[in-house]
Amino acid sequence: MSQLLFFILSTMTILSALVVVFTHKPMYSVLSLIVCFFTIAGHYILLNAQFLAITHVIVYAGAIMVLFLFTVMLLNLNSDSDVPKSGKLRIAATIAAGMLFVTLLASIKATTLGEFTLPPPSDKGMVEHVGQRLFTDYLLPFEISSILFLSAMIGAVLLAKREKN
Amino acid sequence: MEQAAHLVPLNWYLFLSTFLFCIGVMGVLFRRNAIIILMCIELMLNSVNLLLVAFSAYSGNSDGQVFVFFIMVVAAAEVAVGLALLISIYRNIGSTDIDVLNKLKW
Repeated sequence: MSQLLFFILSTMTILSALVVVFTHKPMYSVLSLIVCFFTIAGHYILLNAQFLAITHVIVYAGAIMVLFLFTVMLLNLNSDSDVPKSGKLRIAATIAAGMLFVTLLASIKATTLGEFTLPPPSDKGMVEHVGQRLFTDYLLPFEISSILFLSAMIGAVLLAKREKN
Repeated sequence: MEQAAHLVPLNWYLFLSTFLFCIGVMGVLFRRNAIIILMCIELMLNSVNLLLVAFSAYSGNSDGQVFVFFIMVVAAAEVAVGLALLISIYRNIGSTDIDVLNKLKW
């Protein structure tokens, strides 16, 4: 059952990721990336990380992709603004990514992982447990990330503001 | 159902996220539109997130999930600044093609 779910989710993830890379319309890229993020949220639920799945949907599909969508619409990008790279560069890119894949696969093959099995469903991924970890062991990074957010917000507003001249 | 949940080996998650990461790398090398390149970077971040969650779930330790939470925070900040930069670039040169931005090239 969970193997079947894993296969369905993985196929959808990989297909939508490929669409992101190969489609010529930026709007289709954004939409298929949203599909990809939803399937990754499905993987999180399969791994008993419910809190992260919800956060992932809210943050990625809800906030980040809307930002992308607005930018694509704001800049009025369509397929004719998208000139593909030259054939030689495309072949080089494909070969480089394929080599990286082969290298990573070889290093996975060479490692011995040990016997890990998924523990039975517990409350480890629930908001209560993760929140407790976040506010006790990881309190300082949590507070610092708020400063990071504030600076990113100010930076984004300053950068995107139209200059008066 | 609980017995069935044991059946997905950890290796499969390794392969899946390796493949996703390589698709992301390929997109960065393959495309010229800066927005698509940013999206491919998101794809790579997500493949790493998936692997972290898988390791954390299989080892029964929730530290990995907290890390993923922080990676999401950083990704959101990165996207906000990156898209602001892109809009600013688009205003100045009228396109998001990275091959036009060659002033700093040697």
